[in-house]
Amino acid sequence: MNTVAVIGFAQSGHSLTTSGVETLVPVIRDALEDAGLAKQEVGFWCSGSSDYLAGRAFSFVNAVDAIGAVPPISESHVEMDAAWALYEAYVKILAGEAETALVYGFGKASAGELSRVLALQMDPYTAAPLWPDAVSVAALQARLGLEAGLFTERDMATVAARDQGGDVEAMLGRPYLSDPLRAHDVARVKDGAAAVVLAAGERARVQRERPAWISGFAHRVDPQGLGERDLTTVPSAIAAGHDAELDGDLDLVALHAPFTHQELLLRAALGLPAEKIIPSDGNAMFSAGLSRIGVAAEQVMSGRANRVAGHATSGPALQQNLVCVLSSGEA
Amino acid sequence: MTIAFDYTRSLGPVLGRFMAGLRDRRVLGSRTADGRVHVPPVEYDPVTCEPVTDLVEVSPTGTVLSWTWTEGQSSGWALVRLDGADTALLHTVGAGAREHLRTGLRVRIRWAGDRTGHIRDIECFEPGEAEATPETAEGEPVAIMTTPIRLSYRHTTSDEEDRYLRALAEGRLIGQRCPACHKVYVPPRVCPADGVAPDEVVEIADRGMVTTFCVVNVPFAGQRLDPPYVVAQVLLDGADIPIQHLILGVGAEQVRMGLRVAAVWRDREQWSFTPENIAHFEPTGEPDAPYESYAEHL
Amino acid sequence: MRRAAVLGTGQTHHRARRTDVSMAGLCREAIDRALADAGTDWSQIDAVVVGKAPDLFEGVMMPELFLASALGAAGKPLLRVHTAGSVGGATAIVATSLVRAGVHRRVLAVAFEKQSESNAMWALSIQPPFTAPIGAGAGGYFAPHIRSYIRRFGAPPHIGALVAVKDRRNGALNPYAHLRQPEITLESVQSSRMLWDPVRYDETCPSSDGACAIVIGDDEAASSSSRQVAWIRATAMRTEPTFYAGKDHVNPRAGAVAAEALWAAAGIRSPLDEIDVAELYVPFSWFEPMWLENVGFVGQGDGWKLVESGETRIGGALPVNPSGGVLCSNPIGASGLLRFAEAAMQVMGRAGEHQVPGAATALGHAYGGGSQFFSMWVVGRQP
Repeated sequence: MNTVAVIGFAQSGHSLTTSGVETLVPVIRDALEDAGLAKQEVGFWCSGSSDYLAGRAFSFVNAVDAIGAVPPISESHVEMDAAWALYEAYVKILAGEAETALVYGFGKASAGELSRVLALQMDPYTAAPLWPDAVSVAALQARLGLEAGLFTERDMATVAARDQGGDVEAMLGRPYLSDPLRAHDVARVKDGAAAVVLAAGERARVQRERPAWISGFAHRVDPQGLGERDLTTVPSAIAAGHDAELDGDLDLVALHAPFTHQELLLRAALGLPAEKIIPSDGNAMFSAGLSRIGVAAEQVMSGRANRVAGHATSGPALQQNLVCVLSSGEA
Repeated sequence: MTIAFDYTRSLGPVLGRFMAGLRDRRVLGSRTADGRVHVPPVEYDPVTCEPVTDLVEVSPTGTVLSWTWTEGQSSGWALVRLDGADTALLHTVGAGAREHLRTGLRVRIRWAGDRTGHIRDIECFEPGEAEATPETAEGEPVAIMTTPIRLSYRHTTSDEEDRYLRALAEGRLIGQRCPACHKVYVPPRVCPADGVAPDEVVEIADRGMVTTFCVVNVPFAGQRLDPPYVVAQVLLDGADIPIQHLILGVGAEQVRMGLRVAAVWRDREQWSFTPENIAHFEPTGEPDAPYESYAEHL
Repeated sequence: MRRAAVLGTGQTHHRARRTDVSMAGLCREAIDRALADAGTDWSQIDAVVVGKAPDLFEGVMMPELFLASALGAAGKPLLRVHTAGSVGGATAIVATSLVRAGVHRRVLAVAFEKQSESNAMWALSIQPPFTAPIGAGAGGYFAPHIRSYIRRFGAPPHIGALVAVKDRRNGALNPYAHLRQPEITLESVQSSRMLWDPVRYDETCPSSDGACAIVIGDDEAASSSSRQVAWIRATAMRTEPTFYAGKDHVNPRAGAVAAEALWAAAGIRSPLDEIDVAELYVPFSWFEPMWLENVGFVGQGDGWKLVESGETRIGGALPVNPSGGVLCSNPIGASGLLRFAEAAMQVMGRAGEHQVPGAATALGHAYGGGSQFFSMWVVGRQP
């Protein structure tokens, strides 16, 4: 079986301001540069994005223009966070169908009213017609965790203070946004794009002195119904972590948690201590998960860490989860 | 921009009976092989994957398992497990409940006055116990449930788009040249062949030739003109890629490949930052362009 | 590379409006048939791959999330593919890669579209602001390119009608087809309404509700199957931009390059001689001759001649779309997977009345967007 490694990563700064594809161009260019790869050398392209985030059908089609796909390329797209596009590309390389891959994700959440848009992920018969906003849905989950004694509002504020700065006491004094969530419990939603470059074993060693080797990569989904699952455990994250051989032997972990309580639930489910979490500066819809894996991989590629993990989530109340474990040594 | 549509959801046997129950002020849950009763009903058994056929009535009264209230809103949200059910239903909690709202609160359904077989037949939950509802025969299942979806989006222009629209407002057409392949794109954009931003700005004539076209005879949703009309690919002089536009001012049967056409601009007073400043294209009367001159653009 | 095979296929009765089922019910009708055809059950399915075209068609953002349980995916890996009209093919190819990579033993691929929940023409007409107000509809996009084909090769005008007659009559042999018109004639097609000149009503695909599912298994799963499987000999996907200076809309490079890669990977030197049956993605009848050329069955300009000779009928040298194709059933997201599944059904000998006798090697083909996303596979009775 092939081994696969991350050999390049880039993400947009805070300047993703237009609705067009021009914002993707520098991200793709930077990721290729980081990997030392020319565009023509990419064997497989895969992206993740959402039509509903953009507000029109086939919104991903224009993104192909940012690649410059002449002559034609081998390419695919998932209507998911691009972390799952990374998984598809990883599988292509494992199968020997490609030697290198570039994966990108993008989203402009500020184009629409995100909390309302995400209501359309809910059951279209019994839930979506009520327009449950995404923050309220998360708040229902947070209360269950609080009342089960799994964490406190102070624990939640502590997560927020780490990522956003600020004083925990002052934060706890602020009013609720959607009780029991306060404004700081909601990760800052940003517009963004990210790109990760993968390569198969031999090629990865040629491209980079210190690739981030993928030792485990898995994802699972839970039933969606908020009343159909225990919202305080995250079975899909636990199963994905198990499949990816995630264990305590990690230097750092980048979690994708759109709400503070979700990081606490994930840490409990995956058995991760607080001090190993790489802070996050926001939630860029449909590229955040890929970006978290990229950030984790960067720690290995730069030599700052030896074994790390990246995580992505999707769907209401942590319905779908993905775990990618990376290390400095080839498996 | 707003996108809005009234979706028509066909419900199938399980959800159809559930919605019919709501219309008749009854709540039906689905009983799965393990004996658990699911409200809202599941169509397929989560354990065995088999279709669920057994629907049983549960109480319109239940217990709040979790709740939230958003500052400034007139209602809250709750997960409510109805008596007789094993799972919780997501719904709203009415304004009167705010002071009392807590986990464990007993709540009952407040039925909507006008019920159509829709999840909104439950207006909301309110504190209290429901009175026993009289036995009624189960009504006809609901076949289709209408769900309006309305969302607003804001479009942010790129530099190239901005420049193009500003030129249009002055009655000019511009393109931009790709620094890699030197082709001129109208409207200007990232070169789709090379994936690089365009540079040199090029003035483009508001006339050119029809490369190919079709006659639209069919009415459809979202259409902005009454058929029949001609939609053509127009290769403007100085551009390397055709734009799509309308050919009017000539019978559809007279439009042909190679036809020379020019833009018909709207009255100057109506101009703004939009391609709509050009109403359509019409023939110039020049001789047709030879096939070879546009064969590469088909 | 590990081998993979189609163990079983299933599809719905495609109709304009399947108001008798929910989205879950629609998918399960296809899935349950596929599991039965594969002689497998839920306990053996390791992962699910869902394909669907734009979410705006059903008004559900990422519907695979709410469908996870009903699709038997809860607790398993679930992927959602969206590559425009080619998505059904891409779905099958992603599932194939999962098996070839050795990640899973049996993967369920399912694709659907429930067009009756909204109006596809409406959904597709949504444009960002600052675009010219040119409403042409799906046919309006492709009809000019068909005109270009006719002009480039001097194809006689009745070719499109010949394809329509063939496909609609083939559809009459397919119990699942949406349109089944055994009585259709060249004259009736040619007298049907002109929609997007040069495309007539009868030369256009319908709008359908429908789903398709397939089970793909590894070598061991295939070997333990008591029935004939369809070995996946090669897959290919290629993409190019919708528009670029010099794009050939009649003979898109992405399609040609994908086909070259496909034939090479399958070890096929002369596709016309070695392929027994092809399921091509033909939403407007004129695309049959165009794709025959694009994928390399015949040379440039010879596609319409093969059609005119009658060799693409069942019984001809290369039967094309014996199922009736997209021209008879078009549940957009599922249409590509239907092409792939029908190709598999042919080599498994389970195509019923529209079986091409002795079919041993078949092509499944899909495309999408502005003739820019292509996915294809070759399946065979032998690995």
